[in-house]
Amino acid sequence: MADMIVVENLKKDYGDVKAVDGISFEVKEGEIFGLLGPNGAGKTTTIKMLTTLLKPTAGHAKIAGFDILKDSTKVRENIGIVFQDPSLDEDLTARENLEFHAILYKMGKEQRERKIAEVLKLIELEDKADVLVKNYSGGLKRRLEIGRGLIHEPKVLFLDEPTLGLDAQTRRHIWEYIKKLNDQQKITLILTTHYMEEADYLSSRIAFVDHGKIVALDTSKALKNKLGGDVISVQFNKGVEELAKHFKSLKWVKTVARHGDFLDLTVMEGETKIPEVIKIAERRKATVISVNLHKPSLEDVFIYFTGKTIREEAGDQFKEHMRSRMRRRG
Amino acid sequence: MVDSNAIYVLWLRDVKRFVRAKSRIIGILLMPIFFLLGLGLGLGSIVKLPTGGDYLDFIVPGIVGMSLLFTSIFTGSAVLWDRQFGFLKEILVTPNSRVSIVIGRIFGGATTALFQSLIVVIISLLIGFHMHVSVVTPLAIVFMLLIAATFISLGLALGSLISDFQGFQLVTSFFTMPLFFLSNGIFPVSILPPYVRIITYLNPLTYGIDGLRIAFLGTGTFPIWIDLLALVISTVVLMALASFAFSKTDVG
Repeated sequence: MADMIVVENLKKDYGDVKAVDGISFEVKEGEIFGLLGPNGAGKTTTIKMLTTLLKPTAGHAKIAGFDILKDSTKVRENIGIVFQDPSLDEDLTARENLEFHAILYKMGKEQRERKIAEVLKLIELEDKADVLVKNYSGGLKRRLEIGRGLIHEPKVLFLDEPTLGLDAQTRRHIWEYIKKLNDQQKITLILTTHYMEEADYLSSRIAFVDHGKIVALDTSKALKNKLGGDVISVQFNKGVEELAKHFKSLKWVKTVARHGDFLDLTVMEGETKIPEVIKIAERRKATVISVNLHKPSLEDVFIYFTGKTIREEAGDQFKEHMRSRMRRRG
Repeated sequence: MVDSNAIYVLWLRDVKRFVRAKSRIIGILLMPIFFLLGLGLGLGSIVKLPTGGDYLDFIVPGIVGMSLLFTSIFTGSAVLWDRQFGFLKEILVTPNSRVSIVIGRIFGGATTALFQSLIVVIISLLIGFHMHVSVVTPLAIVFMLLIAATFISLGLALGSLISDFQGFQLVTSFFTMPLFFLSNGIFPVSILPPYVRIITYLNPLTYGIDGLRIAFLGTGTFPIWIDLLALVISTVVLMALASFAFSKTDVG
């Protein structure tokens, strides 16, 4: 499939600070591409450059075949974006927000009405469509913003921290929408997040971003395999010593460690090796009593590549809090 | 270059928000009403104009001009609110030119400012304003729209350049007070010494209020075409400035 997005050595400096320090990647049509990294890693800055809101200091990028600098209007016609911070007009209703968006994208009345009805159904806001947005909960607003990003049928949809500050249940809900969108509408999605499980659940490929650079880029599975594989812990009823020797001689077993009746085997794609382990035990007249498979998490991978965990920053939550307070007053 | 859809939608948004914000309408009308009562009726009973005529009649066009000035510059601050609440990004990421967005804003703001001015005129009539209706009276609406367009542009330019609210308030009060007091709003400029008079001649509001005076009372300082020309020039220049400033603005 064709590359929907091509990013070449994109950079953004703020004085001495290198917010984005030479990022390159390609995204295929229909992919969900995740940019995962801590706050301040340069994810949002990258998105702002790709959506033409910010001029890069250096580098190039093409979206749907259009250059972000030379053909910015064409790029804007082909993308939708769900911003990290709220960007709805709260003094308007949901339907009006969608309608204004559709008019801004030069959609005709008939097409507009059809698409708005379709999106309201998709985000399940039909019964609240004519309520002022200021009366919405955080989750509803988020859903509306995602829906708004879809009105003009973009080829690429950018989702900047789509579930930031939402409760676990709403977050799950939004993940399902995103999956559904990608399945049904074949939209290419770029997602930034600092939630590991979000990137893991949604993305076909993940780029780890840290200090403005991509430190690793691959499928979630391949990234985890870079750690050397999974650990299968097997408990046997007898012959543990003998079995340990045998496993050590096998090519697909990387390391073997014994703890009493248990053997810890480091292997690639552990789930596919468990039947083999059981077969070997049976051939040697031993019985497997228990099996436990530990797969490395993305968090483990992130620590492996950057030497630190993805941290939550208190400052951001404070900012968000102040913003919502000001909103209530304003 | 000019996207009519964006102009239309931004105009519609301003009108819808205006109609819904009832407290805002009342708040914005209070100031001109106090000025009308205090200056027009209070001060008017002891002031005798060198040019002759009733003082209340003289200042009604001035108060209309003042309310247009204040609401217009305030409208410009909407760009700050939109930046604060993120809606600016939503507009800027759509495939529409920055100029269209500025024009849409000006149309929307001018419509609501016109509506407010007409209410001020009606209130004036109720408290004793003697309007001299003639063929040029309908031109009052043109003058109101041009005054609004000039100062909304100024507000937009300032709102695009200044990103914090305190700074914006400081700078706008620095602009609004002199613009009002150094115009022909509450006294005829002929009573000013020549060097101050020059400043009032550089102030677009002077021509706006003079035009309104001709439209409402039949007499003014300049010929009506000079008033119109001066306001058209100020509108074009400030609109260009606003478009330029807005195209440079950061989404924050």
